[in-house]
Amino acid sequence: MFIELGHFALALALFLALIQSVVPLVGAARRLSGWMSVGRTAAIGQFAMVAVSFAALTHAYVTSDFSVSNVLENSHSAKPMLYKISGVWGNHEGSMLLWILILSLCGAAVAVFGDNLPRELRARVLAVQGMVAAGFLLFILATSNPFTRVIPAPADGHGLNPVLQDPGLAFHPPFLYLGYVGSSVAFAFAVAALIEGRVDAAWARWVRPWALVSWCALTVGIALGSWWAYYTLGWGGWWFWDPVENASLLPWLSGTALIHSAIVVERRDTMKSWTILLALLTFGLALVGTFLVRSGVLSSVHAFAVDPARGVFILGLLVLAIGGSLTLYALRAPAMQGGGLFAPISREGALVLNNLLLATATGTVLLGTLYPLFMDAFGLKISVGPPFYNRTFLPLMTPLLIAMAIGPLLAWKRGDMVAALQRLWVAFGLAVLVVLVGLWLSGFRAVLAILGLGLAAWIAAGVLAEWGERVRLFRVPLRDSWRRAAGLPRAAYGMSLAHFGIGVMVAGISASAFEQERIEALRAGDRIEIAGYTLILREVRRVPGPNYIADEAVVEVLRGGAVIDTMRPQRRLFTVQRQTTAVTAIRTGLSADLYLALGEGDAEAGWVIRAWHKPIVSWIWLGALVMALGGVVSLTDRRWRVGVAARKPAGPAGAQPAAAE
Amino acid sequence: MRRLLPLVPLALFLGLAGWFAAALLSGRDPRELPSALIDKPAPEFDLPSLAEGRRLSSEALRGQVVVVNFFASWCAPCRVEHPLLLRLARQEKVRVIGIAYKDRPEDSRRFLAELGDPYLATGIDRDGRTGIDFGLYGVPETYVIDKAGHIRRRIVGPVTPAMLDRELLPLLRALERS
Repeated sequence: MFIELGHFALALALFLALIQSVVPLVGAARRLSGWMSVGRTAAIGQFAMVAVSFAALTHAYVTSDFSVSNVLENSHSAKPMLYKISGVWGNHEGSMLLWILILSLCGAAVAVFGDNLPRELRARVLAVQGMVAAGFLLFILATSNPFTRVIPAPADGHGLNPVLQDPGLAFHPPFLYLGYVGSSVAFAFAVAALIEGRVDAAWARWVRPWALVSWCALTVGIALGSWWAYYTLGWGGWWFWDPVENASLLPWLSGTALIHSAIVVERRDTMKSWTILLALLTFGLALVGTFLVRSGVLSSVHAFAVDPARGVFILGLLVLAIGGSLTLYALRAPAMQGGGLFAPISREGALVLNNLLLATATGTVLLGTLYPLFMDAFGLKISVGPPFYNRTFLPLMTPLLIAMAIGPLLAWKRGDMVAALQRLWVAFGLAVLVVLVGLWLSGFRAVLAILGLGLAAWIAAGVLAEWGERVRLFRVPLRDSWRRAAGLPRAAYGMSLAHFGIGVMVAGISASAFEQERIEALRAGDRIEIAGYTLILREVRRVPGPNYIADEAVVEVLRGGAVIDTMRPQRRLFTVQRQTTAVTAIRTGLSADLYLALGEGDAEAGWVIRAWHKPIVSWIWLGALVMALGGVVSLTDRRWRVGVAARKPAGPAGAQPAAAE
Repeated sequence: MRRLLPLVPLALFLGLAGWFAAALLSGRDPRELPSALIDKPAPEFDLPSLAEGRRLSSEALRGQVVVVNFFASWCAPCRVEHPLLLRLARQEKVRVIGIAYKDRPEDSRRFLAELGDPYLATGIDRDGRTGIDFGLYGVPETYVIDKAGHIRRRIVGPVTPAMLDRELLPLLRALERS
């Protein structure tokens, strides 16, 4: 009953989305205020209908209703409740429904929080959102219906892939989808601006918070996915340049470029057509990612079940959304030449460099991801691995990271490079010190990694130097500095935090060159020595779980002769799927992770234990969280909420106080 | 020229979309990797060995059932399958030959010193020539070669425990008896 209701609600949502995509557009063109306000109602109604539909599917999972084929194939009555719920989006159909739920949530949010938008702009944005939603609703109803019944209902389900039964993965897709789908709002704003033929500072000010929300969510989503790969896959890696990982990195890179270039539009009224293009491409790349993952054109460990009809459908959506918007762009962009001129050495110049490098990096990753597909057309099967990305992606990131510390110290219009560098001499000295000490300690090995650590120090110290500059630290009395610090806009703190987070992450990534690894077959009582720790295998015992049985190794951790911890890595055999997964045991710390995975074996031959000591590896995800936190702090800036009621005719926004940003 | 510039993204995208459509409609499954070499003689090779001053050639393997495993130190899935190769070599007494694909010899050595060395001998395929001869898709990739020097089975990607027990070992035992 609930299931049929959910199906019906989904059909209604499609109906509302179609209304939302046509009526407000006509209303905006003819200035009919009643027609325009239909967009608001339809967007909220559409969200309500999709929410009902999502609730119905969740209800079927929670109550283990195996008459629903989606539940039958992906759930099992013996599964813990958390994974019954996360099972809703652990499969193609359900994850599409979650995708649409978030899409309609974004639409409803624009409708509710968009009261300060000009009516025409809001109507057009909502119409574009409606079109995107209609496309995806049609997709799910036509090719991926999660509400199909199986009659008669079997007694129990097939269970969820054991690898996916994990708290990290339960929350990874919602964040990732919020990131992907959130970029549809910036996309809708860009298309609306192209229809209106007008982009100005006010427009950028409306778009930036949405782009930021999407960027934060994507950052957290990617970090969660990488962290999950690190602790579950049991081989200690955290990024594999897998096509699906790349699919999430692509919109992140172009989204990062977007949140920076939108600053230039907002403050200096230039780079408009480029910013519009980035907004279109960011959502376009999110769609390309969806296509690659769900159509089966590329092989990947993440790929969903393949059905050619779905691939064709998504490709159709892709062509309509991206092809359509780029056509509009080709028609309208030439009319959008920007205002403010600037010297190459200036804040704008630095942001242009940021955009060039990020765009090139995006192109590089896209090429690496698609290259196997291109070669396939010539009958060649190849795969592109880490060596390609190490040689292309890293050299692009390095100048970006070096410039990151300098850019914020340059003034708008015309900056003074010498003055900026003078303010960074402490940071430079610190970076050199880190490199020298690192080289000395490591005996001149792993030079690249040590340069990476120096780069991290440069970034972090550069952020502090920039903050010190703003509050005139040590140049005015501390009391005045404190007052200045309290008066700095939240957006400034957001930027500092996000940049600092990058530094933290770069340090974590660089330090991976110093990890140690031991792999040995141990019998009870045997030991491994690693990085000053002694690990003693006490026993391996059988432990029952709710839907699996596990072998659990009990490993004592000794340091300086004293037992400091007991670690228990497991191998779980999931009885329904006859599949084993490794559950690693990790002692996480700020200074290093101790990481244990239990391999195969038995009491006689011994058990294979893999142990890693990974210095500051947790900084990778910590850095990502700090970056996302920076985005959130920036979002709380009061600038987003006030001061954009009236739209000025195009012109430089030079009247604003120079301290902001 | 300035007016044509905004058309560039559209043109690039349409090219890409066309390519996607072609890939999609060709009906090829990217996971299905038929080897044209099944039941054909394995490609000849003569490679420098990781052991200094020695060589590894296909000639020397003739008359034995061998498992040829392409690996690289930079390849994460290789690490996953490595314990299985160790088991294959040490417990099941299978002759496993390693070929280090596009990897620096010192990295391969470190990789094997770290994880254990399951290989009777390891060839260095620095420029990937031998990989091309075998039609390598990526690493890891594993081939079973019979006594007559014919390829009997190809496994793309890491060998899994189930594959090892259910397919590989029975096949190897059957080949060994014949």
